[in-house]
Amino acid sequence: MGKKLKIGIPCSEANCVCDKAQYDESSFLEKIKLNIHLLYCKACRKYSKTNSKLSSVIKHSKITCMNKKDKECLKKDFEKAIKENNLEL
Amino acid sequence: MPKHLLNPNKWIDLYADYLFNYTITRVNDKEMAQDLVQETFLAGLKSMKNFKGEASERTWLISILKRKIIDHYRKINSNKGKAEVRITYNSDTETEGDWLEEQVADPFDKTAEDKIQNEELSDAIYNCLSKLPEKQATIFRMKTIEGYETEVICNELNITSSNLWVIIHRARTALAACLEENWF
Repeated sequence: MGKKLKIGIPCSEANCVCDKAQYDESSFLEKIKLNIHLLYCKACRKYSKTNSKLSSVIKHSKITCMNKKDKECLKKDFEKAIKENNLEL
Repeated sequence: MPKHLLNPNKWIDLYADYLFNYTITRVNDKEMAQDLVQETFLAGLKSMKNFKGEASERTWLISILKRKIIDHYRKINSNKGKAEVRITYNSDTETEGDWLEEQVADPFDKTAEDKIQNEELSDAIYNCLSKLPEKQATIFRMKTIEGYETEVICNELNITSSNLWVIIHRARTALAACLEENWF
């Protein structure tokens, strides 16, 4: 094939791969490209570092939220309550 | 003139997750936490006329929620003491007379400091999350906290995956900066 395998990637792409990597959604090749990019790009190294820190902090915090179904139930009930309350006022 | 106004129509979207997270770190029971959050919203609705506008909406709701959590513990505590069951004495010579259950290491036992840090940390994350634009916050929450697949989010919100990653990128940058200031 005439197309050469591109090793160097621009910063925007590197950041995107780095974001994907936080969710385990980047491919092996992408990760290699990212690491090569990180070798010579200080700004992206910094971003990559804070990014993984953010991931570990979120994991460590065991943050949760309501699941969607429950939230919709809650919403429905609450909207009913708002209506009832408005009638009383 | 009051500085802050109440808008109950947006309460669930804006604060349900924050209140839920706040509650679950304190009561450790999903169902119970949901009930408490619901009660809080209803109580807030009923006492809207008492809102002076001095605190922000969220602070006000949290203060109601705190009361609800305390009430919850009062309620269960009155029955709990009576229903306590001790299993059996230990018959080893060394530890004779100790309750068996007291010798089991509690896998959930963390130091108090750890626990406080965890609670404060998730509060801080929600704080920062609430400063983001609504769309960014929603997508970040779905992806990171609820752990949805990229495809599912894209279908639901009708965006392309590259669009999603751009939004995630912005959210992560903003969040990291915000947490950097307040936490790291």
